[in-house]
Amino acid sequence: MRITFSVNGQRTEIEVESRLTLADCLRHRLGLTGTHVGCEHGVCGACTVIVDGKAVRACLLLAVQVDGAEVRTVEGLAEGEALGPLQRAFRKHHALQCGFCTPGMLMTAHALLQDEPDADEARIREVIAGNLCRCTGYLGIVRAVSEAREAYRKRDGEAPR
Amino acid sequence: MKRAAAYVGRPVERLEDLRLLAGRGQYVDDLAPAGLLHAAILRSSVAHGRIRSMDTRAARAVPGVYAVITAADLGEHVPRIPLRMEGNAALSRFVQPVLAQVKVRYVGEPLALVVASTAAIAEDAVGEIQVDIDALPAVTEHTVSASGEVLLFEEHETNHAMALTGARGDVDAAIASADYVRRERFRIQRVAAMPMETRGLLAEWDAQRERMKLSGAMKVPFSTRALLARLLELPEEAVEVVECDVGGGFGVRGEFYPEDFLIPYASRLLNRPVKWIEDRREHLLATNHARGVECELEIACRRDGTIVGLRGEAWSDSGAYIRPNAVTAPRNIAQMVAGPYRIANMRMKVSMLLTNKTPVASYRGPGRFETDFCRERLIDLAAQDLGIDRVELRRRNLLTDADMPYPLPTVLPYGSSGETDSGDYRVTFDRCLEEFGWAEKARLAGKLVNGVYHGLGIGCYIEGGATGPRENARLLFEPDGSIAVYVGSSAIGQGLETICAQIAADALGVPMERISGVYHGSTGVVREGLGSWGSRATVMGGSAIIDAAANLKKAIVEKAAEQFGCTPAEVALSEDMRTVSAGARTRTLTELCPEGVAAEGTFNNSKRTYSYGTHAAHVTVDPETGDLRVLEYVAVEDVGRIINPMTLHNQTLGAIVQGLGSSILENVVYDDEGQLLSGSLASYLMPSAEDFPNVKTIALELFPSPTNPLGAKGAGEGGIIPVGGVIANAVASALATLTVQPFELPLTPPRIWSLVRHARATAEKQAGA
Amino acid sequence: MKLPQFEYAAPPTLEEAIALLAGSAGEARPIAGGQSLMPMLAFRVASPALLVDLRRIPNLANISISEAGTRLGAKVRWCDIDAHPQLRVAHPLLAAAVACVGHYQIRNKGTVGGSLAHADPAAELPAIAVTCDAQIVVAGSSGSRTIEAAHFFVGPMMTALAPDELIVELRLPPWPARRRWAFEEYARQRGAFALAGIALYYDELDGQAHDTHIGVLGASLRLHRIGEAEAVLNGRIVDARAIGAAVEAAMAAVDPVDELDVSADYRRALVGTLLARGLKASLSRSSNESD
Repeated sequence: MRITFSVNGQRTEIEVESRLTLADCLRHRLGLTGTHVGCEHGVCGACTVIVDGKAVRACLLLAVQVDGAEVRTVEGLAEGEALGPLQRAFRKHHALQCGFCTPGMLMTAHALLQDEPDADEARIREVIAGNLCRCTGYLGIVRAVSEAREAYRKRDGEAPR
Repeated sequence: MKRAAAYVGRPVERLEDLRLLAGRGQYVDDLAPAGLLHAAILRSSVAHGRIRSMDTRAARAVPGVYAVITAADLGEHVPRIPLRMEGNAALSRFVQPVLAQVKVRYVGEPLALVVASTAAIAEDAVGEIQVDIDALPAVTEHTVSASGEVLLFEEHETNHAMALTGARGDVDAAIASADYVRRERFRIQRVAAMPMETRGLLAEWDAQRERMKLSGAMKVPFSTRALLARLLELPEEAVEVVECDVGGGFGVRGEFYPEDFLIPYASRLLNRPVKWIEDRREHLLATNHARGVECELEIACRRDGTIVGLRGEAWSDSGAYIRPNAVTAPRNIAQMVAGPYRIANMRMKVSMLLTNKTPVASYRGPGRFETDFCRERLIDLAAQDLGIDRVELRRRNLLTDADMPYPLPTVLPYGSSGETDSGDYRVTFDRCLEEFGWAEKARLAGKLVNGVYHGLGIGCYIEGGATGPRENARLLFEPDGSIAVYVGSSAIGQGLETICAQIAADALGVPMERISGVYHGSTGVVREGLGSWGSRATVMGGSAIIDAAANLKKAIVEKAAEQFGCTPAEVALSEDMRTVSAGARTRTLTELCPEGVAAEGTFNNSKRTYSYGTHAAHVTVDPETGDLRVLEYVAVEDVGRIINPMTLHNQTLGAIVQGLGSSILENVVYDDEGQLLSGSLASYLMPSAEDFPNVKTIALELFPSPTNPLGAKGAGEGGIIPVGGVIANAVASALATLTVQPFELPLTPPRIWSLVRHARATAEKQAGA
Repeated sequence: MKLPQFEYAAPPTLEEAIALLAGSAGEARPIAGGQSLMPMLAFRVASPALLVDLRRIPNLANISISEAGTRLGAKVRWCDIDAHPQLRVAHPLLAAAVACVGHYQIRNKGTVGGSLAHADPAAELPAIAVTCDAQIVVAGSSGSRTIEAAHFFVGPMMTALAPDELIVELRLPPWPARRRWAFEEYARQRGAFALAGIALYYDELDGQAHDTHIGVLGASLRLHRIGEAEAVLNGRIVDARAIGAAVEAAMAAVDPVDELDVSADYRRALVGTLLARGLKASLSRSSNESD
């Protein structure tokens, strides 16, 4: 099936098998390997991407289901060559070790802060509870997301994309 | 290192983060060379049986399938995976063939390999293979295994792979004459390390040059290369093992598994690159499990609380085969039951028993988590029975500075022993009590408040690290003035690149920006590398870098002496490592060595380091639902020398959370037919961000290790070791009025509820009697 | 865990979707949010020949609150329920139960219809539907029909849907503002399957409970109201003795499965504990009062 959708603002047209998941499509057809696959059954959250503004598990979506949609991945978080504020906060607070869960964490946090830039620690933990990390014990991640809130609060009506 | 360190000891932000945060990490599944084919594996769905037949015709006929390989295709002798650590004949009897040949012995055992144009087609074809297996009864309990009623290896007439015994002093005499003795039986469940990235391999055979390149290996890449070369009948130089970014190891990734042979074999057979990525369902079945130990342990004390002996026996449910590093946990159980305490007499016998389950091997803190649980529980019980405060009893028995070095028990049949290196274990103990506020919280212990019981638990540990025998590094001074670092240690997400850059920069006296890169693990990087396991990378790799730095300076000075025509003693190397001079003559290093200069370094070490510490926990238990909440958890550790406080802190935190998962949430569950019931992440529960929000860890460096130039001690595993004992003691403390005593992990809600109910029923019966 | 092969269609109308289901001899499955179906495909425990995606079908995602009650279109997502300003007050029991469903990303995709069709006895919405005597409107090639929740769920993971039928709407009866209610669930983690859960409500008349509805999740293979416990409470003041008697009746009435690591005894006791806690909580809670 031929599908058309936008990825990180770029229009993409591609021919896919119906059974290809969005996660595998991004990784192996579009070469966007930043999105990771950790379980393929919707529990670990490593594959989280943003589709039409909402954080979703890319392993539970078929590529054909995003025909006409807007998809955002971790590759779109950076500001050109520089890391975005959320990514910088992750680095500062040592919110990653092996880095495998990190893209999913970033996209979940990005979606959350876009909608709820004032989310408190309990809400942050509640939301990232859907993303498993085996290395860090989560404290650095929570601190990083908390610090990044400032950047997401609307200033002059502008917020990070 | 003579001058004050600019980087070692500082919370330097990690170099690795830049690419990992941008989504530009390179994990093995991110690699896609031209002509790539994909492999999938047929795994046994029967736990124990004889293979009658396998029909692969339908699988071969699936469009897009390139090969279907079974044991029959591998020739008369199906390769078997030898022991990596401290091999012996007893254990070697039970090593694993790369494909099941006559019998299957666990659900998940590889039966066949399919290679196809896509992973999906390979999996489709796997589903088309017909296997006929005559099922045999499955052995799922160590008691049944020991009885030998049903044998996994009929030819060896036993399921008992080996027994190890650790001993020190005369524990039988000590127990016979002790004022107080108590014996209990403990069970620690099977768990899975569960890194977030499953295993994966990419094998690329170059037919023209007859070279094999394998990506996705780590931890012990040189060992993997040596074994793979042997199994493929290639010279070692023809095999290159490349380490990519890795999504966690924790001990289970990197050892040689059947796929480490099968995938390269397939690549050579088809003369195409072949990639295999384990899926999570497979991972739960096919990657090593850990623990699964039952232990009977006795503690003997004097009336004043001095512990005079520990005597016990443990049975390890080892799974269907003996894996390359399977002996590590049992050996540690045999040796480490006394932990950080001054216990002159001990003996622990550990039996490794085969069962029809996934093979078991090492996971973070192997054997130490298990022994800590048993010992710390017994210490609390002894304190209670003797009427001595459990904090006080521990303080009296903890090893101090005056005891160092303290000999460790000798383990037979290996004869390995060792001794603790440095430290005063009361210091971290007292600091933990202070940070936790034990004295203030103590009044809450056992109290029922708003329907939940409050409890406190405490536990102490030592962590053995920096395992020898050696590690290697190489520094390459480039013409542009930058320095590249090569080290045999393996990266598993622990921030190795950053640590090595810090150490190298300080050793050379240059800013970190001049370190152009840190290359690790892969066999092309150093001549010989021993890898990352047993918390050795910082000490071994770091010390090798220090040696290499000294050798690099020496090489530069010697080259200058040659060019200046003077003696090396007359040459001065500038502090910023940019110029050399002898008298009035000066040259820049770039002029001196236009092609750069390299030097190697090695650190040889046969003495392990022992970091140590104390943990304390405040929990609540709901007696009606069995719900266990960890309100606060505090850990204090002394690691000898802190290289990067930020990475250390998060390593410890991560390890503690893994330990909490082991204590409360995680459980690998089999039914009595050897079927894995916890077959997805929906049933194997792991800690999430909401479960343990209040964990604090503090690191000290009051007692450097005398064993290495850094003074550092391996510290990646300490965080997990005492957690089981601490939590179980906290639950006992909470439910003291109900006289509940936990002896088994995990402490799940149904288990706690059952303990409460049992205790209440017993109390009622006694009241009625 | 790559998916098995299947054909895929995303028809633009309900009628076409039904026609596709009807024409595939039971080999087609509808997909909405996919949060339950996709894992089944990944584990290859489901292998439909055709997947009929409902995403393009209009008018299935409305939420309406009126005197007739609360109506949720089949494609209403959990996040839509979260975001609806009146639902928490219009149907607090529904809102409380839905708050327990899955993680953030699941809530952005999972649907009312999907949950009902999946019919997991440990899930929240099917239990709410049964507890509240909801009606489920379905449409198939023989037309529309309305099925009572009690008859809709015929067993674990089994519904009364014919192979060519699709859920269109969930209809919950009107909810009086002064109604007393509780939702108590115990799961080991957020998003994990509930070990057990209780949904209950009753109306108070002269201090006594009337029209008591008590439903259970996670502790039975069958979704059902616990009539025995309801009967104990009707016409009584909900005091400690009444609660005790209701708990006894409920524990006797449920029939939990005995699992290796979660015993039937545990689940049964948990039902009792959650019912007791729920009834106690209900004494100080109705729509007009804060939680």
